[in-house]
Amino acid sequence: MESVARKPDSKQEQLSLMADSAPAASPDASRRKPPVGDRPAKRAAKADRGRGRDLQLPVLGPTEMAGGKSERSSGHEAEQASGRAAEQASGRAVEEGKRSSGRRAEAASGRAVERSSGRGAEAGGSVASPVDACPDPAPAEAPPSGTNNQQPTTKNSPSRRASAESMASKQRDISVAEFFTKNRHLLGFDNPAKALLTTVKEAVDNALDACEEAGILPDLDVAIRQCNGDERFRVSVRDNGPGIVKAQIPKIFGKLLYGSKFHSFKQARGQQGIGISAAGMYGQLTTGRPMVVVSRTGKGKPAFRLLVRIDAQKNQPEVLGEEQVEWEPEHGTSVDIELVATYRRGTRSVEEYLQQVAIANPHARIAYHPPAGQGDDIAWEHVSEELPPEPKEMKPHPYGVELGMLLKMLLSTKSRTLRAALVQDFSRVSTRVADEICAVAGVKPELRANRMQPEEVEAVHKAMQQVKLLAPPTSCVVPIGEELMRRGMESRFQGEFFTSSTRPPAVYRGNPFVVEVGLAYGGDIPADEPADVMRFANRVPLQYQKGACAITEAVTDVAWRNYGLQQPRGSLPIAPMVLAVHVASVWVPFTSESKEAVAHYPEILRELKLALQECGRRVAIFLSARRRAIDAGKKSAYIKKYIPHISGALREILGYGDAKEQETVECLEYVLERSRLEGMKSVEDEIASTVDPEAEAAADDGGTEATDA
Amino acid sequence: MPDSSMVKAIRKVAGMIHEKILARRKPNLKFPLRSLQNVRYRPQIGFFELLGKMKERTLTVGTVKTFAQTLRMMSLSKNLVETDDIATKREAYYVSKNWGEARFDEQPESDQVMEDIEALFRVNREQIGFIPEEKGGEVAGKLVVIDKDRDTGKTLRIDCTKFGSGAYSIPISVEGLGFQTDAKFILAIETAGMFQRLVKHNYWKQADCVLISMGGVPTRACRRFVRRLSDEKKIPVYVFVDCDPYGIANIYRTLKVGSGNAAHVNEFFCVPKATFLGITPQDIIDYKLPTHPLKDVDVKRASDAVKNDPFIQHHKAWQGAFEKLVKMGVRAEQQALAKHGLNYVIDEYLPQKLAHPERFLP
Repeated sequence: MESVARKPDSKQEQLSLMADSAPAASPDASRRKPPVGDRPAKRAAKADRGRGRDLQLPVLGPTEMAGGKSERSSGHEAEQASGRAAEQASGRAVEEGKRSSGRRAEAASGRAVERSSGRGAEAGGSVASPVDACPDPAPAEAPPSGTNNQQPTTKNSPSRRASAESMASKQRDISVAEFFTKNRHLLGFDNPAKALLTTVKEAVDNALDACEEAGILPDLDVAIRQCNGDERFRVSVRDNGPGIVKAQIPKIFGKLLYGSKFHSFKQARGQQGIGISAAGMYGQLTTGRPMVVVSRTGKGKPAFRLLVRIDAQKNQPEVLGEEQVEWEPEHGTSVDIELVATYRRGTRSVEEYLQQVAIANPHARIAYHPPAGQGDDIAWEHVSEELPPEPKEMKPHPYGVELGMLLKMLLSTKSRTLRAALVQDFSRVSTRVADEICAVAGVKPELRANRMQPEEVEAVHKAMQQVKLLAPPTSCVVPIGEELMRRGMESRFQGEFFTSSTRPPAVYRGNPFVVEVGLAYGGDIPADEPADVMRFANRVPLQYQKGACAITEAVTDVAWRNYGLQQPRGSLPIAPMVLAVHVASVWVPFTSESKEAVAHYPEILRELKLALQECGRRVAIFLSARRRAIDAGKKSAYIKKYIPHISGALREILGYGDAKEQETVECLEYVLERSRLEGMKSVEDEIASTVDPEAEAAADDGGTEATDA
Repeated sequence: MPDSSMVKAIRKVAGMIHEKILARRKPNLKFPLRSLQNVRYRPQIGFFELLGKMKERTLTVGTVKTFAQTLRMMSLSKNLVETDDIATKREAYYVSKNWGEARFDEQPESDQVMEDIEALFRVNREQIGFIPEEKGGEVAGKLVVIDKDRDTGKTLRIDCTKFGSGAYSIPISVEGLGFQTDAKFILAIETAGMFQRLVKHNYWKQADCVLISMGGVPTRACRRFVRRLSDEKKIPVYVFVDCDPYGIANIYRTLKVGSGNAAHVNEFFCVPKATFLGITPQDIIDYKLPTHPLKDVDVKRASDAVKNDPFIQHHKAWQGAFEKLVKMGVRAEQQALAKHGLNYVIDEYLPQKLAHPERFLP
């Protein structure tokens, strides 16, 4: 049933990769071995809600070999795999490896699953599933041809070390807890300091998303208290959101991979449905304490307080206690997690993180209560009293769809024919375009969409990239907006100059995105240090992996010297400057599962640079205006030095009296001051004319189009 | 007071500036542009004539200092004229040290402003009370200069044949001088060294002439002296300089037709009758003179002269001479004649050249 037959090349490539990490893998291992791995997959599928079928993956051979042999490295692999998955449909084997190897897949592939379901990056499941679903005779399980095909790729294993059967005996479920413990870094719990930050981040993301979805102006209260022992902290995050119905509370907080945003193709902060429960899990693992959740859904309704624990073996919530409590807020949710952590101040501190959240969410009010002795309470007030417009959900654009996704979409489409499926399920595909795609692919538009052969689907996928299409609709991306961005910066920094630039929506791989930059300059911002670059993706601050991020690259690539700033070669500019760079998209491409760095798509880099340059130009104008103001101060004094000589010499020649001299001096002052102002005006015009945005854009433009092949 | 017209002119300009200021408008001063671009060579009148190009100095933030200095200088000038006093260029520079912020830091700055004023009023700097410190040049030979004793007012007759191995020094102002001579020509010599040799051997006696040492580019006084002498006594002027672009385009041309920088006074400070005795490029060949290679600056000066100097452009002969010089790539000094014997210049070269004044370059 493998797709080996269909895509031998990619398969091979994948396998050879695997072979490197697990040399013992034998071709036999690529035999299908369903029952063990199936259960967790099903569980994941449950979380998947509705599209679960896709996740009921048959467990394929290569998987086991990855899973069975290299559990320890599986985290790494998973990370790699999902990275690749985003890039190439052939991530299948590894992806499946993750899945099949047990529970760890459920957790690890939180992001991967999201991807796969979001945009079909994960080809594995989808490639496999049509076969599952199709009554047509599926390719034989581990067909000999497949085995033969793989043979050359496993050169590193000259002799067999284990049979499929012996391996099967070792293959078993891996609990979420087990996976989590081994792969906590994937979810942002690498070390105690980061764990604290991640916990706050997940709770805050959830709170903001909940408020926004309900149309409530967010008002958050974040508190961290030190518990007995240096390393124990209690994180409490309270929001004024809509609250959660009591029955849902355990699932939302006590079950990984449970959420509402899992599959939506729209701009949102969190998507994986894993964050807050992972934080709870971390707390539970390190302190043994359950999460405490208080929620109330409205006036006149009771507030409930629940102690939620995660059954790490089953990935099921356990409610340890439940009571109705008096709670002041009319509606909202509060979550308390106790965890082992390190409290840090300064860079990458909770305080800094929340400040950045406040900048990217000017409509939110955030109050922060640090632990005793760690600074004063802070509150970032609303900069805007208006909620950002709700991002619209969009249908996938053909250019951004990957093969696995396409397979899955066709399989699950409500439409009968291929033509109808294309028109109904994709954006920018009309009947005419659908027919064109079919013509290029050499398939009939009348084919039953869910009965198509993999080869046909692949042809359609290829054809999709060749047909000329309108760019996807951009209304689904909601930027912070120039004004709010600037006001946000103004309210958070004591600078002299603020500006911001929001680019028009652009498209990479069929995904619309918007880049915006806010800039603060001067004032209290340290002058002799590299500019502070705050990175945001869908309003979420990115804290780690700065160097791997396209945003950082764009900032260093811009020639800040052109704007009068210092910049060592290949470095950030040295200036009293803070940059807030936001990438908003229905799908922000991250370099890895940890969601910490934006991937280097040329289209994104280009937009980033254009926005940065726009802000840079304004800084240059500000700087030259400030310089001129200083010069003008000098000039005024300069003029005053010579006026007495002009009037004095004229007086000597013409012989007039004191009164006349006084008048002459006054007139001279007037004339020269006017001349000074004219001079300044001409300098300004000069600057305006030398900085031509179009010319600069053209010069910097790598010539990339918004579409890709 | 003979120069009350000068005072009036200064008051008039100052008055105009003052009116503009009181009207709250930017006052400006217009000066004739003093450069070769703003002169024309008119053979009929024989010198560089100033054209109409003007440079304007409008009072702005950028020009306020120069503007103040110009007015200060005008005021000083008016003062000098009124009190019948003079100040050398150097002295004027030191006077400016009283002007506080408006003082000049270096003398070239004050010279520049002074020349601007001179050009503004189209007068010679002596008329506005400023004099140069430089010596005017030296004279020996068959000439009696008639001057006045400053104290007694008595006429003084200065016989230039009676300075022995020394010479008469041309004063800064030559307007009051009278001349008596029966010399056949005036020989204007570039270097003091050649002048000394000719004086030492009383060449003026042998050739019946007046010898003048210019010492490089002739001063205004020297040019005026030669001009007046040749005009009044109707005697030709022959110029004897080094054969290089500087000797020809700067020394000879300035003596004959004036300069770009002093274009406004060329009318008085030129000697249109002067002709070029030597050393010519052809002389280098004819007399097999030892040479030095032309330096880069020489080549540049030559090409500038051919391209931009209206005088050289006017005379085909000169263009040809320059072309020849550049082509040969060498220059020769007056004293190179010493190769053939120290007195070769007296015994052979000058007599041979003077036998054919019609062959002199224009």
